[in-house]
Parts: sequence; structure tokens; C-alpha cells
Amino acid sequence: MLPERLSRGSVVALFAGLALLLLPFADLHVAGHDPWAAVGRMAQGVLRPDFAAIEQVGWSLVLTVAFAVAGVALGGTAGLALAPFYGNRIVRLTCVALRSVHELFWALLLMQALGIGALTGVLAIALPYAGIFAKVFAEQMEDADPRPSAVLPPGVDPLSRFLFARAPLMLPAMRTYSLYRVECGLRSSAVLGFVGLPTLGYQLETVFSEGDYGAASAILIIYVSLIATMRLWMRPHLVPLWVLLSGVVLTSLSSPPMGQGALLRFLTVDIVPAPLRNGEGLGAFLAWLWPLLTGQVIPGLAATLVVAQIALVLTGLVAVATSGLVVPSIAGRLGSLAGHLALVILRSIPEVMLAFVFLQILGPSMLPAVLALAIHNGAIIGHLLGREAEATGATLRRDAPRGLTLWAWELAPRLFGRFLALCLYRWEIILREAAVMGLLGVATLGFFVDGAVAELRLDRAVVLLVSAGVLTAGVDALSRALRRRIGADRARIQRDTSC
Amino acid sequence: MSQPILRAESLGYGTGVVLHSVSFALAPGERVVLLGRSGAGKTTFLNAVHDRLVAAGQRIALVPQDHVLVPQLSVLRNVLMGRLDDHGALANLASLIRPRRADRAEILAILAGLGLSPEADRAVEGLSGGQRQRTALARALFRGGEVLIADEPVSAVDATQAAQLLGLMRARFPSAVLALHDVDLARGFATRLIGLRGGRIAFDATPPRVSDAEVEALYAP
Repeated sequence: MLPERLSRGSVVALFAGLALLLLPFADLHVAGHDPWAAVGRMAQGVLRPDFAAIEQVGWSLVLTVAFAVAGVALGGTAGLALAPFYGNRIVRLTCVALRSVHELFWALLLMQALGIGALTGVLAIALPYAGIFAKVFAEQMEDADPRPSAVLPPGVDPLSRFLFARAPLMLPAMRTYSLYRVECGLRSSAVLGFVGLPTLGYQLETVFSEGDYGAASAILIIYVSLIATMRLWMRPHLVPLWVLLSGVVLTSLSSPPMGQGALLRFLTVDIVPAPLRNGEGLGAFLAWLWPLLTGQVIPGLAATLVVAQIALVLTGLVAVATSGLVVPSIAGRLGSLAGHLALVILRSIPEVMLAFVFLQILGPSMLPAVLALAIHNGAIIGHLLGREAEATGATLRRDAPRGLTLWAWELAPRLFGRFLALCLYRWEIILREAAVMGLLGVATLGFFVDGAVAELRLDRAVVLLVSAGVLTAGVDALSRALRRRIGADRARIQRDTSC
Repeated sequence: MSQPILRAESLGYGTGVVLHSVSFALAPGERVVLLGRSGAGKTTFLNAVHDRLVAAGQRIALVPQDHVLVPQLSVLRNVLMGRLDDHGALANLASLIRPRRADRAEILAILAGLGLSPEADRAVEGLSGGQRQRTALARALFRGGEVLIADEPVSAVDATQAAQLLGLMRARFPSAVLALHDVDLARGFATRLIGLRGGRIAFDATPPRVSDAEVEALYAP
């Protein structure tokens, strides 16, 4: 279907054209009745952060860290156990399924079976992360230099061979990746508050609904500093301590008790399509499925795609605009410091949280979702490109130009391929997040999932989630095909950008 | 009495043949040095000899051209890896956590001879090229065995040290097959010189019987 080689320009044109075509179908109007007044009130809050309510915020901060650490630890352990068997088709498909469902959707489903307690939050992070960890660890095991093991004398037993000549070579990469995943976990954990778990997202929603923007600003400041300082407190030798403390904190969490056998009921009754559950036969099943497909799945997926495609193109624009800001030889020393700070803030705040804030200003339409996706993802790509531009800049000739000329003539041409690859990698992530935005009231797939769960029609929710997973998997495959055709298929990129 | 190792064989890697119809036998006590331009097939030759000797059940010590150390482990543990096949998995696990005192003493003695004592507990990834090369050599010296196979084992050290290191190898191993690019060092070390050119053996004789002109012809364009 696709030609063997594609020029980078044609790929850009393809995506830009598609986004333009979809623009008329996007609901981008400003629904808030006085957005500027809202911005003014929020700006005042930002300037006057109110740390008075810090006690409540402090506890949800502790819980945010605890859910993240416990979830990542559990997911990482499971991923490590699965990684050696990743070549097996059943293991691989299980992992694909686990990670194709977003943490928030997992949380929504798990709540029905386990209640709104610690286990739900931990598993909502651990399940998708296990699938991701298994894949990445398997790749890292494959990538480790095989030669030290090959030159060992033939009589060495397999365990010694692994411990001396394999494990030391893959451990550094695995440690770096796990640390990075903790950062992802902190974002996931905070966002879990939007579906009711007691983390920072929940606090943010509460103070916003009370119009207490000073407290909201305090929460965001605390949250960004938590993520920005993570490398200081998340030290390898402190990991056991953090895991232990998280366990203690989470077991102290009381939650409303669930009825006996709720999990079993969930697995064997609730998620089975109603007509099959009642034994009404295949005809009734199709009669049940058809309106679900036409009334929810297709509109939900279409809206998700519209949001994602427009957001992807905007992401590219944001990335291009911000990548130069962090390079001292372009923006100056002070300018690049400010640029770094801005990008750290924007990429620390998860898409869903940004979208929530924008929704308060702009009212419910696709606009807040598109903006949030573009800003967060653009900041991540801009940061990565800026880092590479700095590295590239160091190797340039001494008489290289400076400022905008340097960016346009020396850096942009060198980094264009990388930029495109990063955008294609984030395409799948943007799509996943676009689907989840529905939980905030945007008309994407999550909106219908939320509705189905609220009506306790979990069978419908599962059909919606499966369709989202299929769409994500399709986009992932297409993205890989495109990357190969523009000559940018390097697995490594994905690792440091996948959340 | 010499044991035939290669019998008119063609050697290569992948699908390409690098050496055509080479024969080789090694007598105990012989020190063979391969000469030839880069790409002449020295590494291919050494790898083939190594594999045959190992398959024949001999204890061989190997110094690969790119050292192939584990960068994250200390010099001492990398050297220790030369004898992993002498112990079971549990003993090896114990010495990964804490090397046995006797091993440590023996390795430190070897490292002292190589000028690496201060580096013993440093991770290999922090070492210079020359220090890595000597670590790979220490691993082979610690292993010991009937034959040493080494691919340019002194390429990253200066001439004086190179001569000293070759002396250590000579003292430790009854027989050796080496690739070297320094002809003077080769003449001083070898009991037998083999020249490779154009995918074939150009000469195979004791050093006095190989003329400088013959050696120069190997490197001529």
C-alpha cells in the first residue's frame, strides 16, 4: 500500500493535509462564557500560590508517590519476570493487551471489581506498566553486547555466564529506564485522582471546583517540583526503602468495603455482553452490538482521531518553536535557562491535567484537549530536540553562525529526521491520551466509556476499550511502517519518550 | 610432535571467504606470529585455530582484538572471568559478590606485573585503551593453558612495555599463536612467522629464514 521509500517532506505534507481535512469536523469553539476573566482569576492564583491547605495536599502528595512507587515496582517486577519469555506469542499478546489500555481506563474498570482502594490504584499503574516493562526489558536483554559471553571458555555454566557476562551489561540500561518509568508513574498516579483515587488530581479537581486558584497553583508547584527533583530522592540504594514505605502508607489507606465475590462477579458476569449473559443467542448479541458500534464506538473513535491528528500537527509546531529556546547559542544563556524551566513545567504536567485546567477556562469542546496534547507533547519533543541540538552544536565548526541563523542552517536540517521520528513515536501516545480525555467530558472515546461505567454497563465499556486498543495498535503499526520508510526506525528513541 | 589444526581449508565469515586453502599445525613449544596487512585474514585465522583447539578439548587462553571486557565490572572481576569454567555456578556467584582471597592475591600479582595494581577495583569502563588491553591480557594470563591465542595484544601500549608484556606471555604459555603488526617485536618473540597476503599463506618459516623484503612485500599495495 505504501511505497518502499517516502521523503520526509511528503510525510509532513500527508499529516498536515489530513489535519486540515479534519479541521471542519472538529468542535473547537470556545464554550466558556468569559474565558479572559477565568484566565485573569487563574493568573492571580498563579501569582499568589496559597499553601494554607498544605496539610490535605501533603497527604495526597504522599499517596501520589506511594501509588507511583508501588505501581512501578509491581509492574517492573512482573515485566522482568515476563521479559525472558517475550518471544512467546501468548506472552507478547498479553503484554500488548495490557499496555493498550490506559491507566485511567484500567482504574475505572478495576474500581468496579475491587472498589476505590489502594489495590485499584496500584494495579491501574502496574498492569499497563508490566506490559511496557516486559517489552523494553526484552529489547534491552537483546541489545546487550553478546561478545563477553561468547569469549568465555565453553565449560562455564549458564548461571555464571548470565551473572558475569550478561547481567552487568544490561543492568545500567534497565536501571535508567526504571527510573524514567517512576517519573511516568508519578504522572499516572496524579492523574488517577481524576477518576476518584485520593491523589493530587483529586485535590486539584476539588480546589478548582471551589474556584480556589491559589491552592490550585500551590498544588501544581508542589507537583512540578516533586517531578523535577525526582533524581535527587529516587536513588538506587533508597529504592527498597521507598517501596517499603509505599507499602506501609497504602495498607493504612481505608476504603469502602466491596461485597463478597465482587471480583468474580466482575470477571464472569459483568463484562460478558448482556445478551450472551442472558443466553439470548447470537442474533440478540448482534442486535446489541450494532447500535453500540454505530452509536458509540464509531463516533468515539472518529472524535478521538480528529483530536489526535490535529493535536499531532500542533505538537510538531510547538516542538519546532520550542526546540531552539533551550540552546544557549540560540537563545542566550538566560533565555535558554528560562526555556528549560518552561519546558520542564509543561512536560511535567500530564496531558489530562493540562486539559482539565484548559477546560475550566475554555469550556467543554475539543479545543482544551487539542491544546493540552499539543503543549505537553510539543514540550517533550522540544526538550529532546534541544538536548540534541546542544550536543550537535558542540561539534560544529568554530566559526558557525549564532542565533536564528544557526538554528535554521545548521541545526534544523540535521535534526529534521529525528524530529519526524519523535513525532511519529508520539502519535500513538497522543491517540491514547486523546481517548482518555473523554473522561473529562470531551466527546472522545473515554466519554462513552465513562457513560457505560456510570450506567454499570461494563460489557459495553469493555467493547469500547477493546476498540480503542485495536485503533492504537493500528496506529502503532502504521507509525512503524512510516518510520521505516523515512529511515528512522530506531527502537531506542521510544524508550526515553514513551510517557 | 605437531598436531594438524587446519587441513587445506577455506576460512571466512558470513558468506565471504577470506582465506583460501590454508593448512596449519602447531607443535608444542612453538610461538607463531601472523603478519599481514589489516584485512589479510589474521583474525579469521586466529578464530579458526581457537575454535579447533577448544573443540579438541585443550585449555586455551584468548585475547580478542577488541578485548571484550564487561565494562561495568571491576578489573579484578574481569580477570577472574578467565577461570569461571573451573568452578560451579554457586562458587562463581560467591566470587562475583566477593572474590576468594587466594584468587584475589593471585590476580593482584598478575596485575602488578602489568602495572595495573592501582586499577584493580576500578570498573573497566573508566580505563584507557591501553589499560583495557592489559586487563584483557591479565585475564588470559590468569586463565593459563596450553596455548595462548592473542590478536594484536600489545597494539595500545608503547614499544618498551610491549616487549615486556610479550616476555610475560612467553613465560606463561608453552605455545602461542599471535597476530602482531610490529615486525621487530614479532621477530623477537616468534619461533615461526606466517605471512598472509591475498587470502593465502605467503610464507611460513622461522624468523631468520624470512627476509625483510619478504615481510615488506606483505604490506606493499
